[in-house]
Amino acid sequence: MSETLLQVRDLKMHFPIKEAAGLGRTKKVVQAVDGVTFDLKAGASLGLVGESGCGKSTTGRMITRLLTPTSGEIVFKGTDIAQLKERELRPFRRQLQIVFQDPYSSLNPRQTVSNIISTPLRVHNLVPRGKELARVQELLERVGLNPEHHNRYPNEFSGGQRQRIGIARALAVEPEVIIADEPVSALDVSIQAQVMNLLEDLRRDLGIAFVFIAHDLGVVRHFCDEVAVMYLGKIVEQGSRDQIYNAPQHPYTQALLSAAPDLGTIRGVPPKERIRLVGDVPSPIDPPSGCRFRTRCWKAEDICATQEPLLEIKPQSSPGHTAACHFAEPKADLIAETA
Amino acid sequence: MLYFVARRLVSALSVVLVTLIVTFALFFVAPTDPAGAICGDRNCTQERYNDIKENLHLDQPLVQQFAGYTAGIFAGRTFETAGVKQKCSVPCLGFSFKNDRPVTQMLKERLPVTVSLVAGYAVIVLTIGVFVGSMAAKRRGTLGDRALMSSTLILSSVPYYIVALMISLYLTILYQILPRGGYTPITQNPVAWFTGLLTPWLVLGLYSCTQYARYSRGSMVEALSEDYIRTARAKGLSDRVVTYKHGLRSGMIPVITIFGLDIAGSLSGAIFTERIFDLQGLGNLVLDSLSNYDLPVIMGTVLVSSVILVAMNFLVDIAYSLIDPRVRLS
Amino acid sequence: MTNPANDDAKEVQDSMVETPAGDTAAAKRGPSVATRERRQGSINPSGETPYLVVEDLAVKFPTADGMVSAVNGLSYSVPLGRTLAIVGESGSGKSVSSMAVMGLHDRKRTRITGSIRLGGDEIIGLSENDLMKIRGDAVSMVFQDPQSSLHPLYTIGNQLVEGYRVHHKVSKDVAKKRALEMLDLVGIPNPQRRFSQYPHEFSGGMRQRAMIAMSLINDPKLVIADEPTTALDVTVQAQILDLLNNLQKEFGSAIVLITHDLGVVAEMADDVLVMYAGRCVEYGTAEDVLANPRMPYTWGLLESIPTVSSANEKLRPIKGLPPSLLNLPDGCSFNPRCPYKDRVKGELCTTQLPDLLPVDGAGAHTSRCHLRDKASIYEAEVAPRLG
Repeated sequence: MSETLLQVRDLKMHFPIKEAAGLGRTKKVVQAVDGVTFDLKAGASLGLVGESGCGKSTTGRMITRLLTPTSGEIVFKGTDIAQLKERELRPFRRQLQIVFQDPYSSLNPRQTVSNIISTPLRVHNLVPRGKELARVQELLERVGLNPEHHNRYPNEFSGGQRQRIGIARALAVEPEVIIADEPVSALDVSIQAQVMNLLEDLRRDLGIAFVFIAHDLGVVRHFCDEVAVMYLGKIVEQGSRDQIYNAPQHPYTQALLSAAPDLGTIRGVPPKERIRLVGDVPSPIDPPSGCRFRTRCWKAEDICATQEPLLEIKPQSSPGHTAACHFAEPKADLIAETA
Repeated sequence: MLYFVARRLVSALSVVLVTLIVTFALFFVAPTDPAGAICGDRNCTQERYNDIKENLHLDQPLVQQFAGYTAGIFAGRTFETAGVKQKCSVPCLGFSFKNDRPVTQMLKERLPVTVSLVAGYAVIVLTIGVFVGSMAAKRRGTLGDRALMSSTLILSSVPYYIVALMISLYLTILYQILPRGGYTPITQNPVAWFTGLLTPWLVLGLYSCTQYARYSRGSMVEALSEDYIRTARAKGLSDRVVTYKHGLRSGMIPVITIFGLDIAGSLSGAIFTERIFDLQGLGNLVLDSLSNYDLPVIMGTVLVSSVILVAMNFLVDIAYSLIDPRVRLS
Repeated sequence: MTNPANDDAKEVQDSMVETPAGDTAAAKRGPSVATRERRQGSINPSGETPYLVVEDLAVKFPTADGMVSAVNGLSYSVPLGRTLAIVGESGSGKSVSSMAVMGLHDRKRTRITGSIRLGGDEIIGLSENDLMKIRGDAVSMVFQDPQSSLHPLYTIGNQLVEGYRVHHKVSKDVAKKRALEMLDLVGIPNPQRRFSQYPHEFSGGMRQRAMIAMSLINDPKLVIADEPTTALDVTVQAQILDLLNNLQKEFGSAIVLITHDLGVVAEMADDVLVMYAGRCVEYGTAEDVLANPRMPYTWGLLESIPTVSSANEKLRPIKGLPPSLLNLPDGCSFNPRCPYKDRVKGELCTTQLPDLLPVDGAGAHTSRCHLRDKASIYEAEVAPRLG
């Protein structure tokens, strides 16, 4: 097996907030991410899935150290970068890149594409002076843009093309890991597939490992070999793509899969089984005790409120498939098979 | 809400206190000699000079003077001039160096004039200014909108005192279209109060209306492009209800914020206006006392203005929280 | 040389001259009954009598770069109790066309031609006052983002009551009763308390429920839902879609669902209309369009979506970008991106706009494509790739 590039251990991000209460102020804490652990192997792709507020993006930002974690370890090739200072971080920044969701706001509108892409090259002294343009053009071609367009500004490109520019910027420094934070969710359907295929080519050809953050289960299934499902700051289930999609064990994963609108459905034909969660995700300020999913779970019993389920391999599950649930049991047939 | 009010009150009081300290310090650091001014040039003997200094407590250290002054506001104090005891009742702001009258009494006479002026100003800018701006926003892009906006730009690029002087000269003196300015207490004769202040109001108000029309237009254009305006139209509400109920309520928020910031400006605008229309308000008082080094009066006006300012900002905050439910908690 | 591609545009222009927006009489006279039968719009794929009939709708508005034809020659119909999904990417005209049905476009800038009939009554050319009576009453709308579509400074109750009282001369108490009923109906727990809360005190899903309550408060015959679940989380989206489905059964309204998500279409729609560059390119029942599509653009969409159930390894994206509406390609708008155009003889695809024709010579399933053997190409090449 290939080497483990990144080990994330018990990562936490707690944001303090101030709230007025009566005549005083109470300090509360948003537990955005609360103990996330996973490994990423070289060239692998791990999907972080979950609904808004589950902490998937915060996790991505901590790994690239755009945020400093409250606690926990981020071991990248043997060094824990979780609490490193800006200067010590520099060599690692190059190897851990991020691609953002919004191709409109993540590129500086006053800089040419060439400038946007070559800035990291200069910052990290990667290309000798005078060779920068050649490298920029090579990168543009790599992401499927016309190299002649290096002098244009971001507003002259469509959403999908801008996302390609963002990818080229990340690629410029030859990273080993790319954190892709909802890279295609702002794009139109026909463009989404183009960008997905580009990312897949990069992974295959350049061996870049991906942490792929998305809410769209279809996109994740397509791109990732390993999937971690997050709910309210915690990973509730993790396993290979097949384990998660064909034999999900955690009730939340099952509900998520069942809720995803699917082409296989034809209106009026009831699916084999339909799971509908009631209510909304509780606030991460004051998450439910014990299992955080229990307030929306149809399997919840007393133990769920008192004892937090651990993310562990269940007796009935195949190797590497973990779930954090007292009543985990695999359930197939949640998604319609088109075949 | 209670917490919000309490917190605001504390910060308001501290602003007044800081203003008081700073003005007090500034004037005493300044190279003026109030005792000398009172004593006059001719018959001023050294003895009389020292006497005045002592009576006014000007011989005491600065901190002690300040403490005495502050204590006077809350407890009153007694001054002694040439053996005659003068009682200065609460709130005591001292006596004018110039004419020996209690500053509090002088302010009591002058305050209603300035308050009337500023209140009229507020009414004009917040009604006419906002209304014109909203109308322009509703018709944005049309000829009327563009004409209105460019004329406001022209008007606001002329300094205020020139506009005020010209209007005073042409419309009240040469052609007598507008009534001459003058102040009659509202309790005495409301009609005379109104006609006397009409011209100053119009000049001060309409001039600033141009600014307010621009602000309102901007914030209304933004408000009217919001999704919830489309929702309101989709409900079948008329254009008028959509603009002046749904749009205006959101559009007013930034305008009110600006109004809060602008109150200090309107007070200084009042100084010009009072001078030009010869209204005996705080503005004229402060100008007179500045040229006379009449320290207690200057201190008094500064104090009263800062209280007005803080109080108005407090009201703005309350208005703000009434309009926008989202700010109530914080 | 006459360029046949321009004929369609010329036709639209001609019809604009004949029935300028505002001339109600001309629009009402309209085409004779016989020609109306032949038009696409009045034939619904279900064969039922439609409530909403859109015929030959064109929407144009000026931009800094010139006149944009956002919608061109669009015809469709929706009977009561049925859901039509209009599918397309951004700029395809799907939202613009429904804004026209609501009369929500900017009247001064937009030129609308064609016919939109609600229960037989023409609404193009109606005065703002007449449109106001229809909006929110017979036709209502559910918007994409409940966060921005509800007024942040008024309570939910206030907004519902206002919506009811515009169209019903009733006291505030009666309206409040109705509003509470609606909040309860859309599954908002504790309506009494929720009534006096502001939108920011609601969660995303609850806000969309409130939005739906508001749109149904006057018992509309037609609900236009513009991407109603796009801003919501997956599990909440499922709740809202179920709610819409159930409410439709109860209220019997016609629904026009505008969406880009074919998964949502599959779960919600009876009929599907696919739009591309301002035109309808395929129209039929959901089963026709999703299971037996007959237009390369629809194929492309289906092939490029990664779904939870799809096992296909490589996505097959549609190459290139959607065209600019200011500068549409000659012939079929999709031709620069179409992988099948070589199979059409001559230069047909690049010179002549294909008509929207029945895929099997008759019937209600129509598509706009010059390909002759669409069925066999789909069966032999596309369907196997879809798995």
